[in-house]
Amino acid sequence: MSDPLLEVDDLRVQFHTEDGVVRAVDGVSFTVDQGEVVAIVGESGSGKTVTAMTLMGLTRGPNANFEGSAKFDGTDLVTAPEDELRQIRGAGIAMVFQDPMSSLDPVYKIGKQIVEQIRVHNKNISKAQAHDRAIELLERVGIPRATERVDAYPHEFSGGMRQRVMIAMALSNDPKLLIADEPTTALDVTIQAQILDEVRQLRRQQESGIILVTHDLGVVADIADRVVVMYAGRVVEQGTLDEIFYDPQHPYTWGLLGSITRVDRDRSQRLLAIPGMPPSLLRPPEGCHFRPRCPFAFEKCTEVPPLTARLPDTADHLDRCWLEVPQKRELRKRGDQIGLRTKETVIS
Amino acid sequence: MTATASTGTEFSDEFASAGFGEGDQVPAGLGPWRLAWRRLRRNKTALFFGGVFILILVLCLLAPVYSHSVAHISPAAENIAGQGNNCPPTCVSVTGIPIGPTWTSSYFFGADRNGRDVAVRLLYGGRNSLEIGFVATLITMFFAIILGVLSGYFRGILDGVINRALDVIWAFPAVLLGVALGATLAVSGILFLHGTSLLVPAVVIGIVYIPYVAKPIRGQVLVLREREFIDAARQQGLSSWRIMFTEVMPNLASTIIVFVPLILANAILLEAALTYLGAGVQPPNPSWGTMISDGIAQLPAAFHDVLVPGIMLVLTVLSINIFGDGLRDALDPRAKVRIAR
Amino acid sequence: MTRFIVRRLIAMIGVMFVISLLTFLLFESIPNGDPARRLAGRLATANEIAFIRKEYGFDQPIYVQYARMMKNIFTGQVYSYYQGFNVVDEVKLGLPATLSLAIGAGIIWLFTSIVVGTLAAVKAGKNTDRLLTVLSMVGVSFPPFFLGAILIYYLGYKLNWFPLGGYVKLTSDPWQWFVHMVLPWFTLSVLFIGFYSRVLRSTILDTINEDYVRTARAKGLSENQTLRRHVLRNSLIPIITLFGLDFAQVIGGGAILTESIFNLHGIGQLAADAIGRLDITVILVVVLLTAFFVVALAAVVDILYAFLDPRIRIAV
Repeated sequence: MSDPLLEVDDLRVQFHTEDGVVRAVDGVSFTVDQGEVVAIVGESGSGKTVTAMTLMGLTRGPNANFEGSAKFDGTDLVTAPEDELRQIRGAGIAMVFQDPMSSLDPVYKIGKQIVEQIRVHNKNISKAQAHDRAIELLERVGIPRATERVDAYPHEFSGGMRQRVMIAMALSNDPKLLIADEPTTALDVTIQAQILDEVRQLRRQQESGIILVTHDLGVVADIADRVVVMYAGRVVEQGTLDEIFYDPQHPYTWGLLGSITRVDRDRSQRLLAIPGMPPSLLRPPEGCHFRPRCPFAFEKCTEVPPLTARLPDTADHLDRCWLEVPQKRELRKRGDQIGLRTKETVIS
Repeated sequence: MTATASTGTEFSDEFASAGFGEGDQVPAGLGPWRLAWRRLRRNKTALFFGGVFILILVLCLLAPVYSHSVAHISPAAENIAGQGNNCPPTCVSVTGIPIGPTWTSSYFFGADRNGRDVAVRLLYGGRNSLEIGFVATLITMFFAIILGVLSGYFRGILDGVINRALDVIWAFPAVLLGVALGATLAVSGILFLHGTSLLVPAVVIGIVYIPYVAKPIRGQVLVLREREFIDAARQQGLSSWRIMFTEVMPNLASTIIVFVPLILANAILLEAALTYLGAGVQPPNPSWGTMISDGIAQLPAAFHDVLVPGIMLVLTVLSINIFGDGLRDALDPRAKVRIAR
Repeated sequence: MTRFIVRRLIAMIGVMFVISLLTFLLFESIPNGDPARRLAGRLATANEIAFIRKEYGFDQPIYVQYARMMKNIFTGQVYSYYQGFNVVDEVKLGLPATLSLAIGAGIIWLFTSIVVGTLAAVKAGKNTDRLLTVLSMVGVSFPPFFLGAILIYYLGYKLNWFPLGGYVKLTSDPWQWFVHMVLPWFTLSVLFIGFYSRVLRSTILDTINEDYVRTARAKGLSENQTLRRHVLRNSLIPIITLFGLDFAQVIGGGAILTESIFNLHGIGQLAADAIGRLDITVILVVVLLTAFFVVALAAVVDILYAFLDPRIRIAV
């Protein structure tokens, strides 16, 4: 087993605002291996995007504080100096963002924007060579008539095409790690499927690691190998895809799973939303962050549950819940599915 | 050069507004006005200059007090020979050069060409300049809001006509337009106002600035009317007028508030400019504009006659501008840089 | 491209027609005294006045008068009713001063605004920004004639570094032309720099938060490169439009205050005097000149805009 590509250890990110200190990321640890797709799942405000951006160093600023480490290829991304990080950005680690409509500069041709990324990391490549490589990349992500389209402007492409351009651009320097932040959220479902196919192919071809940040469990089920579930700045559960979907250990995960719309579900059953609202990250709840919304909370929950493996035979399936394992397996049932019960239906 | 000041705060905005307390109570959040007020209160510079402006305003309002009790001379008293005053020995020299600042209660800033007390005139002139500024601003805002809202909300021919008219006024340099209107109205007066009334320049300036406010308001109304809450109101059966008043106007409120200091500052400047060109305040009414003009006519002698009213004018306009800027920063929900330590 | 130019030319003719007509009608409706009497002079007899009225066509219907006026203007044979001079000649005399002022100041204010605005944006929130902001504020709070007076007094009268006013033709003495223009350039620029640098700062701060700037950083570009290639390029676009309009206005007499305090005898002074005296012929010519420049510059700005922003190229 080779060394992991990325090793994030107890990452914490805080922002100083007018209203106080926001603990956007409060203890996140996970690893990404070569050729592996790790999905980071959570609601808006869970800290998943901040985590992804921090890996690239894009959250650095006068108001930001960091703790913990994120080791990539011998460098700690959290503490590395800006120059070093800049060399990694766009080359060792590349990122694809959420909204393709606004992520490309409208005044430059897309070819030029891809060439820019290539040449900023390798001045020895001539413009012509870089241009050819851009065409090659566009072809690889499935853009038709690449030799013509390389000279087109972003506004001449549809959303799905633009996202492919973004992916092509991200791949231009053969990154070892690709981070995709909600790459399909802004696109419609059919395009989403195509983009996911691209990502799948990528993983096969490149052996690079992929971090997929998303709130859509459907997408996760499609291509993830491992899943990291985040809530209110913390990882609340992580494990392989099967472990998470078939043996989830945290009430929040149950809630997420229960709220997926499923074709095979009985129509008369209502869609289960998780009641309540995500907590403020300025004054988070004491102990377990999910406590206020959890129907099963008890006294111990005012202590922060550590992220550990509580199952005897799977050392990598970690969770943050004080409940006993057998209890969990009982409580997560809602009828014949997995879901989060509401407080009224719980017998305490 | 780093411009990363904003990459951190965009996340904190998202998180700070993501709920309060433990999450299972509905929060009594701060409304946008209270938030804006808080932001304004923290802007020491804006508050300081706001204070300066208030100070100037008060001083000018107290002009009669100063004239009567401190300087013991009226603003129009021409005192070339300097009888009974602190002018050693005369207030205006034989060669026609008035004395400079004495820094005493009498003729604090010196005298002007006619032997008048500059300090006293400064305050009286300030009253006039500020009065014109306020009236002009009132006129501009009143008509701009009406025209902007009517034009933007009803569209169609009404919009076409109003918009074209606004464009025509707007295309002319403000000063030239002001001169045109000012020169005409100074002679003929307008409605019930006599040509030499102070309100004439106020009306002129008020009209000149209407397009600068009406067009942005119209633009905002155009955007607002397409928004869902207008549809919702219409669905409820509210009449157009009712919708305009209860839904559209409050949203325009912050835009309007931001424009007021801007127009006021420009109005005061325009008054000085028009007076300098002869199309603004007519003699013998004092204003900062007339004082600067008279002073310039004497150049290169007696520079204090130019400097004193000029600095007062700049200070006043500057204070309004800085405060207005602070106001804009406080009201702008997308305030880009909010460093908090 | 040719279609664009043709369309703009037609628009220009249209605009000039409408504006001249409106101005003409506006002045006809103002009671400013009988032009025939004014032309004839104070001691004229009734016969002389009647003769002039017939000669100049003041007894003709409005549209005939208008047509005649336009013809006169375009053949260069139009005269001021109050001073008797040939308006087109006077305008030709005043144009070099105004153009020198406008072009020189324009270049200075455009470049300085870009530098100041960018610097203020990049150092946003820090002391440099605060200082630049205050300076910009001071710039827009100074009436040009006051600033001009201060400069003339201290740098001209007291220190003798600069002349006290007036205009020297570029062709007759380039150095003196330059020396005479320095203070006017500075005075006019200060006002615009104050305004433009603030607008640019605000635009840059908006642009910096755009997604594509984040992408640029994620690609590995340095802050400098991101700024130059992506932020500035996009931020300058709205500035160009503003600049076009302001520049056209300055040529059309918008710089009256600066021209006046420095005695440059340009179009601005011509315009202001004429407006004050309600001298219709001069006003008409100046208005037409301004309209011409505004439309021409608007066209140039549009072309530039299309060049800078590929999203709108279809229209050109």
